[in-house]
Amino acid sequence: MSHDAAHIKPVMSPMTVIAGIILIVGLFVTALRFTAGLGATTNLSDYTPWGLWIGFDLLVGVALAAGGFVTSAAVYIFGMKRFHSAVRPAILTGFLGYALVVFALHYDVGRPWRLPYPFLVQSGTTSILFEVGACVALYLTVLFIEFTPAPLEWLGFKKARSIVVKLTLALTILGVILSTLHQSSLGALFLIAPSKLHPLWYSSYIPIYFFVSAIIAGLSMVIFEGTLTHKHFADKMDEAHLKEKEDVVLGFGKAASFVLAGYFVIKVIGIAVDNEWGYLATGYGAWYLVELLGFIALPCFLYAVGVREKNLNLIQWTSGIAVLGIAINRLNISLIAFNYHLPAADRYFPHWMEFAISIFIVTIGVLVFRFVVTRMPVLYEHPDYEAH
Amino acid sequence: MSISRRKFLGWIGAAGASATLAKPARAAGGKHFEGYPDTDGVLFDVVKCIGCRRCEAGCNKVNDLPEPEVPFDDLTVLEEKRRTHADTYTIVNKYEAARQKSPLYRKVQCNHCLEPACASACFVRAFTKTETGAVIYDASVCVGCRYCMIACPFEIPTYEYDKAFTPRIMKCTMCYPRIKEGLLPGCVEACPTEALTFGKRKDLVKLARERIYRHPERYEDHIYGENEMGGTNWLYLSPVPFSEIGMREDLGTTSAPELTAGALGAVPMVVGLWPVLLTGIYAMNKRKEKIARQEREAAVASAVSETEANARENLDKALEKAETDKEKAVETAVKKALEDAAKEAEKKESEEDS
Repeated sequence: MSHDAAHIKPVMSPMTVIAGIILIVGLFVTALRFTAGLGATTNLSDYTPWGLWIGFDLLVGVALAAGGFVTSAAVYIFGMKRFHSAVRPAILTGFLGYALVVFALHYDVGRPWRLPYPFLVQSGTTSILFEVGACVALYLTVLFIEFTPAPLEWLGFKKARSIVVKLTLALTILGVILSTLHQSSLGALFLIAPSKLHPLWYSSYIPIYFFVSAIIAGLSMVIFEGTLTHKHFADKMDEAHLKEKEDVVLGFGKAASFVLAGYFVIKVIGIAVDNEWGYLATGYGAWYLVELLGFIALPCFLYAVGVREKNLNLIQWTSGIAVLGIAINRLNISLIAFNYHLPAADRYFPHWMEFAISIFIVTIGVLVFRFVVTRMPVLYEHPDYEAH
Repeated sequence: MSISRRKFLGWIGAAGASATLAKPARAAGGKHFEGYPDTDGVLFDVVKCIGCRRCEAGCNKVNDLPEPEVPFDDLTVLEEKRRTHADTYTIVNKYEAARQKSPLYRKVQCNHCLEPACASACFVRAFTKTETGAVIYDASVCVGCRYCMIACPFEIPTYEYDKAFTPRIMKCTMCYPRIKEGLLPGCVEACPTEALTFGKRKDLVKLARERIYRHPERYEDHIYGENEMGGTNWLYLSPVPFSEIGMREDLGTTSAPELTAGALGAVPMVVGLWPVLLTGIYAMNKRKEKIARQEREAAVASAVSETEANARENLDKALEKAETDKEKAVETAVKKALEDAAKEAEKKESEEDS
């Protein structure tokens, strides 16, 4: 029958083949990285000790994983219950995002088996990196606990689930505190290097910029990812999820527009406070204006238009621009505007193997996400349990 | 909630305390750190340097560094700008400066900051500012995050990228083990022209001032390292502005730890105030919901009672109307019966009459 035929999928879809190739190349580079070292797999140098694995995997990864704390705060603290269906997918993405950040760090640091040393052997509490490490480790734990209701429902562990559900508010508050701290301190990492980061991007406000833009990234990622899951996993969604989708897109789009407006204002204030208008006329200035106008002002405006006209399509496209904008900002600060004073020959461009590992890690994230949402109650509510 | 408020606040408090207590609180005020007294240092005088690379050779020897590809007496390497690497703690670069008849040479190595950026940035305290002024590194705790390399304004720490299992940060130690034994640093000992002078930093500052005072035509009036990034134990004198011999003059005088102190200081404030703010918002929302629910319930109750009252009134009216209707009907029936009876009687009477 034709109905049955439609359910038989081809053994290897093109996406499966591509994912397979990425995984094989990734495993090969992984083996090389851990046997031959960073020199064999990266273009890192004594001038540029942090490359794509920090700029993209850590900085962009953490910013884009902010959806978890933003959504759970909106629903459980600010009482916006109509966004409830967005919480679980956002927590899942957040947890996977942070887990992959920690996974990626094992590639980048020289002796990954020593990663617990700052907490177990000798603590350097004057380091911003210590704060980042402590908060990321704690927040990963918080996200893990926040996500456990879904697997516990899947496995039918009712008692354990009810305990975790009772912790919801405490975990949400703890999550917001930890996110505030480490999102901002990722920016604060660069406070120590005013001579290396271009003055347009260097500012004593950089921790605040990182925190505010993480909120934008979180809101935009929820919309962006919702668009994708809606396209590919609509059959897994329950009525509430489908019904609330429009509310979520409009509500988060509106919030993102507001936060982008504030972000734009404080960015301009930063330039004014340090009197850096003159740099805007340089090449770096042009690139800065691309970020400021094209990836902050423009999405702010487009979100506002989309919300006013209830144009879901426009809001979804705008979320893509906003996410890209935050990624560009993180790469500007860690790679593009960093070491701006060096001659071109001493500058850094990632080795293909660095790209391979970053793509490898993103692919793992997508595959695990797919595994989870096709099995556990993430996009729908489990019929045996009440929403929390 | 199964977790008590006290327990929760206890955790938060512990997180805040660990962030603040690890370092003794320093009272705010006019306190200014000028480095440990009596630390050692080296004065490098560009005027006296002839670019012979013997300091490089001396450093290589005393630190047991690998044999270089190009021997140290080959001066052609000076044609290119070089930097320190994992196998070279120090190098000399050549500069053709304006208004100078012969080229100038500048030695590069760790400047041993009074308040080192690397030590401030390290999250396992692998760097130590020793009592001699030397900044040394302990590979046994190093995780290899390379944040020290990001932090160093002089771009000094280097990394053993080619080692897969035991990569270390490599940098000049001011020959700390030799200083402890009363020996000179390798480079200073090897220098044939006294371009390098080892001594107490405070004496070196005086010596540098004296040279500038005696030969103002020979020196720029600037001791590099006296105040740069909060001051360094290595000091420099030059006949030309330092930017012409590849040294940055835009580093400022703020020490690295001060650059991050504000951000670190904000941590306990966030930990202390965020729970108040967030639970406050939560409580306000709960209360708003509760009031809304109460108002809704009150509205419903009053609507119900109003409807009930209306209904009773209508019923009463209807009953009353029914009653009067009934009475009227009885009345009319009686009236009609009486009339009928009267008519009957009349009829009978007229029949009897006829």
